[in-house]
Amino acid sequence: MFSWLQKNLPKVVLTPSFAVILWFIYGFILWTIYVSLTKSKMLPRYDFWGFKQYIRLWSNMRWYTAVENLLIFTILFVLICILIGILLSILLDQKIRAEGFLRTVYLYPMALSFIVTGTAWKWVLNPTLGIQKLFRDWGFSEFTFDWLVNRDMSIYTIVIAAVWQSSGFVMALFLAGLRSIDDEIIKAAKIDGASLSSIYVTIILPMMRPVFMSSIVILLHISIKSYDLVIALTAGGPGTSSDMPAVFMTQMAFHRSEIGLASSSAVMMFLTVLAIIVPYLYSELRRQDASR
Amino acid sequence: MPAVDLQMEALERSASRRRTFYRWLLFLILGVFAIYYLAPMYVMIVTSFKSMEEIRKGNLMMLPKEFLLDAWKIAWGGRGYDAGDVFLRPFFWNSTKMVVPAVVISTFLGAINGYILTKWRFKGDNIIFLLFLFGCFIPYQAILLPMARTLGALGISNSITGLVLVHSVYGLSFTTLFFRNYYVSIPDEMIKAARIDGAGFFKIFFKVLLPISAPIIVVTVIWQFTNIWNDFLFGSSFSFGEAAPIQVALNNMVLTSTSVKQYNVDMAAAFIAGFPTLVVYILAGKYFIRGLTAGSVKG
Repeated sequence: MFSWLQKNLPKVVLTPSFAVILWFIYGFILWTIYVSLTKSKMLPRYDFWGFKQYIRLWSNMRWYTAVENLLIFTILFVLICILIGILLSILLDQKIRAEGFLRTVYLYPMALSFIVTGTAWKWVLNPTLGIQKLFRDWGFSEFTFDWLVNRDMSIYTIVIAAVWQSSGFVMALFLAGLRSIDDEIIKAAKIDGASLSSIYVTIILPMMRPVFMSSIVILLHISIKSYDLVIALTAGGPGTSSDMPAVFMTQMAFHRSEIGLASSSAVMMFLTVLAIIVPYLYSELRRQDASR
Repeated sequence: MPAVDLQMEALERSASRRRTFYRWLLFLILGVFAIYYLAPMYVMIVTSFKSMEEIRKGNLMMLPKEFLLDAWKIAWGGRGYDAGDVFLRPFFWNSTKMVVPAVVISTFLGAINGYILTKWRFKGDNIIFLLFLFGCFIPYQAILLPMARTLGALGISNSITGLVLVHSVYGLSFTTLFFRNYYVSIPDEMIKAARIDGAGFFKIFFKVLLPISAPIIVVTVIWQFTNIWNDFLFGSSFSFGEAAPIQVALNNMVLTSTSVKQYNVDMAAAFIAGFPTLVVYILAGKYFIRGLTAGSVKG
């Protein structure tokens, strides 16, 4: 008995953690998937109801708004973050004196919570006393900025705040990538007479492919999960105009007593993440095996 | 040949002038972005020191005429904030009581797991690691409802204990990943040598590995601290009223001021809620960034 324990001690020690992971992640996900296939309202019911919740979900106008918003948000968020990240990282890579300070400034929003970010931006974007007032005081008397209370524009305010929070992070990823490139390559290209901008476009950026990949995956992941920022900035409003899937899910789960419907929306989110993460992890692991 | 020399000199001078121009342009762009990132923080701080009257009369960028502490006092625990009267002090301590045990538990378990998965390899350990790793990515909406029911069944819903459990469990994936990646790079010979000297499983961990784990412990603790302190989804789903962590309280505070909005109080409150993680970032930025990249570029 004792020798068995001694031999298997590592496995015995690992078991509680592993059991927790199995139960709290995989067990729970299976539960959610199952409940999404039942008629559960306020309390879970376990009689099978087929895919009716998914039909209800996809014929729900509010869900459509949420998905549409997610698409708009994701495209802009990912694109702008990457553009800013590349620009700042290349500029910072030009042997700048104040680099350490600037890097700290660009990245600090990442340390704040989305609730803090949302609260701050809610004030900055305030339609009466915020940016609008600032520009009018500066002499642009016609300047109007009411996106926060404008149904058609509210989703873009979330993009503004989210880019502010996360773009510095992309800068850090790209800067780390640029630093890992051998200086000799750049020197050789310069001797061949290539200009600095063409060196970046034709040689360096293509070498950044893995950084592009991981930045995009992380940003996609952030955007699918975005919940806090929406709640703090617009609370999904005005009306439901800036709703997102994560907000929809918690609304249905905790305020509308629609457990089945909430679960089906959670499963949709889960599948979306799966579709992004699995190929990514697969290619990452293969790359590592290849380099080993 | 002096003519050629002169020509060369002129060329060089124009090249250097162009270089100076680009240098200025470079700093201009970098400076504009620095202002963009700093502006909201600046606005937050100056607003928090103004009176409401001054806020209404002036604009975002104006410095306060005199630095008033009233808003800070109200935000932290004073009177004068109508509807709901949420002040941050008790919730700040709620978050502290939640963060400390959750960080310690998840970091310690992550270290042990990482140690086992790299230094006591067994058949199927890669699959187990993959199952851990996947937990970093799941959207928490997929576990929210069963978690709420589990907390209820355990009798710890709407409590700090419940939130400690939740954060320890869902931090495990990250901490295991961090330590596993760190221990992978430590040569197995060290472990073998210790085993030959008669050291057992725990002794190797505590006497050989932990003493050289300082950097990854710092990275992990900072990562976990920031994530748990900043969490809103779990806090708002599994707690309300007095048991809420600070981010939930901040959000309630901003939302419940119904009649007259007190933006100065909101900004002071937001700053208080963001302060601990900001300090950590400024003091240990290097480790913070390492955590971000380690937690994202899964290796």
